[in-house]
Amino acid sequence: MIEAQINDDQRTAVRQSVIDAAIHNDVPSTRALFPYLPAFWIEHMEQTLFKGPTEPYYPTNSPVAARPGSRPNEDEVIAPLTGRSRAAAAAGPTPASAVGVVRREILDAGAEGAVLCSPYPIDSLHNPDAAIALASAVNDWQIAEWLDKEPRLKASIVVPIQIPELAVREIERVAGHPGFVQVALPIRTAHPLGSRIYHSVWEAIERNNLVAGLQFGGMPGVPPTPSGWPSYFLEEYVDMAGVFATQLTSIVSEGVFDRFPRTRIALIESGFSWIGPHLWRFDKEWKNLRRLIPWVKRPPSEYVREHVKVTIQPLDCPTDRRQVMQVLDQLGSDDMLMYASHFPRVHAGDPEDRLIRHLSDDVAQKVRTENARALYGF
Amino acid sequence: MVQTLARSESRLKTRPALIDGDFHNEMNSIKDLYPYLSSRWKTHIETHGVRGPGGAYYPRFMDHREDARPPSGRVSGSEVGWSAKDYLDPYNVAHAICIPLTPAGRQLNFELDAALASAVNDWQINEWLNPEPRLRASIACSIENPPAAVAEIERVAHDKRFVQVQFSGRPQEPMGRRKYWPIYEAAAKHGLHIMSHAFGSYGNPITGAGWPSFYVEDHVGPAQAAQANVVSMVTEGVFDAFPTLKFVSVENGFGWVPSLMWRMDAAWSLLKSEVPHLKRLPSEYIREHLYLTTQPVEEPHKPGQFADLMEQFGDMADHIVFASDYPHWDSDDPDFALPVGLNEEIKAKIHYENGRKLYNL
Repeated sequence: MIEAQINDDQRTAVRQSVIDAAIHNDVPSTRALFPYLPAFWIEHMEQTLFKGPTEPYYPTNSPVAARPGSRPNEDEVIAPLTGRSRAAAAAGPTPASAVGVVRREILDAGAEGAVLCSPYPIDSLHNPDAAIALASAVNDWQIAEWLDKEPRLKASIVVPIQIPELAVREIERVAGHPGFVQVALPIRTAHPLGSRIYHSVWEAIERNNLVAGLQFGGMPGVPPTPSGWPSYFLEEYVDMAGVFATQLTSIVSEGVFDRFPRTRIALIESGFSWIGPHLWRFDKEWKNLRRLIPWVKRPPSEYVREHVKVTIQPLDCPTDRRQVMQVLDQLGSDDMLMYASHFPRVHAGDPEDRLIRHLSDDVAQKVRTENARALYGF
Repeated sequence: MVQTLARSESRLKTRPALIDGDFHNEMNSIKDLYPYLSSRWKTHIETHGVRGPGGAYYPRFMDHREDARPPSGRVSGSEVGWSAKDYLDPYNVAHAICIPLTPAGRQLNFELDAALASAVNDWQINEWLNPEPRLRASIACSIENPPAAVAEIERVAHDKRFVQVQFSGRPQEPMGRRKYWPIYEAAAKHGLHIMSHAFGSYGNPITGAGWPSFYVEDHVGPAQAAQANVVSMVTEGVFDAFPTLKFVSVENGFGWVPSLMWRMDAAWSLLKSEVPHLKRLPSEYIREHLYLTTQPVEEPHKPGQFADLMEQFGDMADHIVFASDYPHWDSDDPDFALPVGLNEEIKAKIHYENGRKLYNL
């Protein structure tokens, strides 16, 4: 049971240590991947207009994309900056693109450890060979420039989800590295993630004892809402919670948790205040309509509370403490929420002030460190 | 096996009046529209059929309650007299809002669509509104072809028993997009609401991650579809352009409203420079302009959580209108829909006063 305690000591004391469940490390430039790419692709990128994916999940200069202080200093950048557009190069090093800036801003500032979840948009590449070459390069870059340099970090395997058999192959290739704890999947996919089309990927994730990290974003080529394409990024940003809800519906309905019972999922940058009401509706319809999904033998909400954890940002919470506790009561689990900065992203509201200080000591500790520790093995 | 239980007549004498925001006047078949269609279109339908963008059909287990079937054997809900006897009378329904689910508004052939829309509205006037004064109706129109939609609205809007313009739950574009603004202008001019009824599709996959496999997913999805449409209406500035317009969300659930308001406000606080035309907090627009019907009513996991939800709604709880969805398989019985223990004043408003105010009844 979640209890509210306003602890004056907590408010004035030094910030407690956290485990940061999501840092969105980005590739600094095309050339940064050259040490990890086959000659064919280096040549292709040097000789043609193809420089890798061009459609990031966040518009590059959007107010939510990168906070102040998230660009590495020049001396923190290992790879040369060339290979980016002039406009991008003029803005400075890519935010969150070097281990140094993450050490400075996150690890040395009070995080015991952190989980990298790169938003590199592999899924936007239609060419399957480019997709697998670049995914492999990003993962090898993560090993060399992040995991081997900073033991407090863990990371997510980037995969071309658009071609499941290639995604499986990449998972198998690098899952042995102890630093990889998760497979990063965009929440927007061409088919709902529970679809049998993706079951080989779920199988590989489970067999390799990895977490499926479903993160904000995706470039699958299908519209981001059931009514097509909205005009503004603000809409797509808000509507993303609906895609997270849709994916939970699919993953449970298609029996992912039944076929792969050790599946563990992290919802990354989804918000959590919508989850309770969604589970009410889903449980209600399951009761009515479970005839065609007989493998779902228990209410969907039970599966979700057992298998799924959620980062706490965006908070999307009321300011009123009483209603915050109602939202947590609706969520119905102390074990789901995980602190995450989502560095370098910008979110509204301070998690300590808006959420964590309302919790009992035990639950606050779960949110700050213990739920992520249990999930990721810190 | 479905058994029909006798309804007690004594119920009628003691129960308070009800207003129902989602009552389905059903066709027995498309032939019900033939008296209102030219022979050119009858022949067309018989030969080439009706045609919307394909791929959105998730077979149901049943559409209608068998115990609502008229003695004639026609489809449940297709006879005004039987619907009155079976539902309006025993439940003391003072007014019910007809929402016709027909091929009108979903056709690829826009000429056919316009003919169907007019036929549906004429059918509603003759076979529902005229014989049954407790009913009000939604205007069927070619939402994906706004000039035709506006023409149809102009044709029937003088009949004040039409109270709103009907959209499906998943039109071709998010509902706030400029394409639809001529419809909003016409609706606002005539004091009509804009109503979005769950389900349907005009060609897009029914989720933001492609096509799901199972009917249960179609049935859980309306909340996500409705939110995308509400977000669009607010963000595009529809409610600034048409400040009197009301948006009625039917059969999309309502548990999602508080979290959407928190989320939209937080996102807007960071991204407002993308939408400088928006002068107010998104939640303010939502609180003023969004109305919701109850069915399928939310069933929280713990007693007390429904009251919590009403607390989060605050004054906006006055925007919640009872709906039965009669005679569909998942319709809500007015006596059992709202939870035991819910504040009696809120319950009474949901059952009557909120609908009365919304529809000027």
